[in-house]
Amino acid sequence: MALELQQYKSETKPDWCPGCGDFAVLSALTRALQVLQLPPWNVLLVSGIGCSSNITGFLSTYGYHGLHGRAVPVATGAKLANPELTVIVAGGDGDGYGIGVGHFVHAMRRNLDLTYVVMNNEIYGLTTGQASPTSEKEHRTKSTPEGVIENPINPIALAIASGATFVARGFSGDVKTLTDVVVRAIKHKGFALVDVMSPCVTYNKVNTYDWFKKRVYVVDKEGHNPRDIHAAWAKAIEWPNLDGTRERVPTGVIYEAEYPTYEQLDPTLSRHEPPAKQRKLGVENPDEVLHEFY
Amino acid sequence: MKEIAFRVGGAAGDGVASTAETFARLCVRGGLWVHTYSSYQSVIRGGHVWTQVRAGTEPVLSQGEEPDVLIILNQETADIHVPLVRDGGAIVYDEQLSKLDGLRARPTVRLVKLSMLATARQLGEPMMKNVVALGAALALLDIPFDPMEKAIREVFGHKKPEIVEMNLKAGHTGYDAIANDGGSLGRDLPYGQGPGRMMMTGNEAMALGALAGGCRFYSAYPMTPASAILHWMATNGPKHGIVVKQAEDELAVVNMAIGAAYAGARAMCATSGGGFSLMVEALGQAGMTETPLVAVLVQRTGPSTGLPTKTEQGDLNLALGAGQGDWPRAILAPRSAAECFESIVKALNLADVYQTPILVLSDLYLGEGNRTLARDELDFNVPILRGFLADENGDGKGFKRYKFTESGISPRAFPGMKGYQFTAATDEHMENGFLISDVLAGVPPWIEERRKMMEKRMRKLEGLRSEMSLPELWGPPDADLTIVSWGSTSPTVREAIGRLAAEGHRVNSLEFSHLFPLRIAETQEILEERKTTIMVEANYTGQFARLLRAETGYAVDHMLTKYDGEPFEPREIVARAVQVIEHGA
Repeated sequence: MALELQQYKSETKPDWCPGCGDFAVLSALTRALQVLQLPPWNVLLVSGIGCSSNITGFLSTYGYHGLHGRAVPVATGAKLANPELTVIVAGGDGDGYGIGVGHFVHAMRRNLDLTYVVMNNEIYGLTTGQASPTSEKEHRTKSTPEGVIENPINPIALAIASGATFVARGFSGDVKTLTDVVVRAIKHKGFALVDVMSPCVTYNKVNTYDWFKKRVYVVDKEGHNPRDIHAAWAKAIEWPNLDGTRERVPTGVIYEAEYPTYEQLDPTLSRHEPPAKQRKLGVENPDEVLHEFY
Repeated sequence: MKEIAFRVGGAAGDGVASTAETFARLCVRGGLWVHTYSSYQSVIRGGHVWTQVRAGTEPVLSQGEEPDVLIILNQETADIHVPLVRDGGAIVYDEQLSKLDGLRARPTVRLVKLSMLATARQLGEPMMKNVVALGAALALLDIPFDPMEKAIREVFGHKKPEIVEMNLKAGHTGYDAIANDGGSLGRDLPYGQGPGRMMMTGNEAMALGALAGGCRFYSAYPMTPASAILHWMATNGPKHGIVVKQAEDELAVVNMAIGAAYAGARAMCATSGGGFSLMVEALGQAGMTETPLVAVLVQRTGPSTGLPTKTEQGDLNLALGAGQGDWPRAILAPRSAAECFESIVKALNLADVYQTPILVLSDLYLGEGNRTLARDELDFNVPILRGFLADENGDGKGFKRYKFTESGISPRAFPGMKGYQFTAATDEHMENGFLISDVLAGVPPWIEERRKMMEKRMRKLEGLRSEMSLPELWGPPDADLTIVSWGSTSPTVREAIGRLAAEGHRVNSLEFSHLFPLRIAETQEILEERKTTIMVEANYTGQFARLLRAETGYAVDHMLTKYDGEPFEPREIVARAVQVIEHGA
C-alpha cells in the first residue's frame, strides 16, 4: 500500500513566521519522502538550532533536534551505527556554515551517504537579525549597522572543493524544482548538499523573494552538465563571489559524481552487521583477544 | 615482598620506552608483578625521558622511588639519576654516551662500564645499544637469557634471520659482560616460579572493558594521554564489529557518539581535559535527550595545555560541573587497570539503563603505566544491560519516549522501529518529545510540565546513586589515622599504609572509586567513624575533599595535594602521615 503524503506530517504545526521560506522546504522534503516511498520510521532527520532547525518536529520521521552547529556529527554517528537508515540533516546557514562549518567540510570529504538541506536565509533569524556567514557584503543588520565587511561563504563552491558528490541549490519560490532536487539528493549515494535560498521575511529585507525571482534560473534548462566539474565550478562562482557580481543565481543540480561512500569503505561496516543491529555483544574468545598482553 | 626497580633514561628517540617495556614483559613472563612509570616530554626527538619498571614477587602498588639498576643512554640521564641509585645497586653506562666524572653515586653502587654503542655499531645497528644494555640488566638481576632470546625471536622473527642473530649477539654481549665481571647483584629475585600473567596499561584495560561491555561505536580525537585507547580500538575494533571513528575535533567526537547511541549502538568516546572541555555542551545534550553515552576523561596536568605528558587529578570539578543546568550523571574513577576494565563495563550498562552520560575519570599515571594483571581479574562474562526498550512488536501509537515514570527511566525506541517515531530534542519537551520551549514556555500547564520533566530526569540520579559502591577501607578499621584518596592515587596510599604499619603506626586507607553521586548517609557514617583524616589527591584545591564536604558535610582534617605533574611516591604519603601523627598538623 502506497504511503500517503499525510503519513509524513506530524501533529505539530510549524511555528515559522507567515511567509517564511522554510514552509516550502518542509513541503518539498515531505513530498520527496513520499515520492520515494521511504517509510517514515526508516528516516532520521537531524537538525541543529535555529528557526529552520525546528523542522524535525514537523515531520513524522524519527528526529534528533540537537545543538547549534552539531547536527552533522550526530547524523554521522547515527548513519555509521545504522547505514540502513535514510539520514537527512536540515538546518540554517548559521548552523551549517557558521558554527558548524568544520563538521560540514569534514562530512563532505568523507562522502558519507547523508543529505544535507540548508535553509539559507543569509541572516540569523531566531536571534532577531544579525549577520550570518552568507550575508552579502554591505548588508546592514543588527550586528553590522555599517554593513557587512566580510565576504560571504559560497556553499556550492565550498562543497565542490570539499569532496561532496552531489551539490545543488534550490529556491523556496520554486517548490517544484526544489522537490525534484531533494528527491535526487536523497537518492544519491554519497554526501548531497542542497543549499536552499529560503527568504526570511522578517529580518532580511535585502534578499527577498523578489530579489531572488529576478535572478534565479534552473541550470538544467540551459544544458548544464553536472558531471563536468569545470562547468560546475563556473556555476558555483556565479554567485556569490568576490567581485560582487549578482546578476544571476543558478539553481538545480550543479555538481554530481559517483565515488565510494565512507560506509562502503569502513573496515567494520564492510564486514559486519550495522552496530545498532548487532544483538550478540559479548566476546566469544576473550583469550584470543588477550593473547597480545602476555 | 622481594622487589627491584629498574630505570632506563635517555633522549626521546633512544628507544627508552621500548627497552623498559621489554624488560617489564620479561619480568611478567617470569612470574613477577610489575608497575611501570614513564616520564616523558612533549617532543618526538631529544629531551630527557626515562621509564622505571618496578618488579616484585607480589602485586606492585606504585612506581616506588629510587632505582636499583640504572641504564644510562645519554649525559642528562647520568647527571640527574646517578646520585639516586639505591645502595647495592648498579649503574650501567657507556663512556661514548655519558661521562660520570664528578657525579656522586652512592658508595655501594656498582658502576658497570659497558661499550653498548660500539658493540651495536660493530654488529651493524647503533639502536641495538639498548639490547646490549638490556642483556646486562638481566644478568645483574639473575634473570636467565632464554626469555630474552625468545622475545627477540618474537619481535624480529618475521624479518631476516641475520637481524635475529645480530640482536642475540648484542644481548649476549651485555649479558656476558656482567657474568664475566662482578656477576649479578645477588638480589635473589625468583624468576620463572610464578605463572606468566598479562601486562597492560589502564588505557588498554579500558578498551578491553569497552569490548567486553558491548561497545559498538568508539570515536576520538588524538590527545595525550588518551590516544592509546583509540589505537587499540582502531586496530581491533573492526574485528569485533565496533565502528571506530577519528573525528575532526572533540565536538564531533561526542556528537557522533551521541548520534550512534541514539540510533541504537552502545557508544563511547575518550579524551583528556582539553577535549573534554570541548565536549561539555554535548554532554548536557545527551543528558537532555536522554541518550546513553560513556565519556572517558584521562586527566593530565592542567590548566589549559598544561603539561601534556604529566599526570594530575585536576578535572574532577570539570566532570562534575560539565554542561549548563542540572542533569543526571555518574562519575567513576578506577584505581587500577582491572578497575579500568570493570568501570567501563559498568559505565556502559549504567548509561543504557539510566539513558544518560556516565563519566569515567582516569589519568596519565594509570592510563599509560603498565601493570601486571592475572587472567581472573578480567571477567568477560558480564551482563549486557540495554535498559528499558519499547516493545518492537507494538504499534507505538502515542509513543511517549519521555514518559513520566517513578524511576524517571522511560522506554527507548530506535530509528527503524515502526510506529515509534519521535523527535529527541535538546529543547525542553513533553512526554512525547514535542517542544515546550517555543510557543508553550511560560504557559501555565507547561510550566508544570517543565517542572515535572526536570524532576523525571533527575529521579534517575537517585537510581544511579543506588548503583554506586561505597569507599573501600584497607588496613585496620580502628586506625588512629585514615588516608582518604580516589582513583589512581589509592594504590600508592595502600603501599604507604603498609610501610607505616611496619614502622608501628596504625593507619588505614579509605579509597573512593565511585565519586558521584555519593551514597550520602552511608558515606557520612563511614567518614564520621574515622578518627583523623588526610585527603591525598593530585590537584591544587583538593577537589574531592570539597565534593565530600559539599555532599556529606564532612571536612577532612588534613590535606596532601600535589600538582607538579609527578605521581605521588609512597614515601611522600608516609612523611605526611608521620607529620600528622607526630605533630598533629
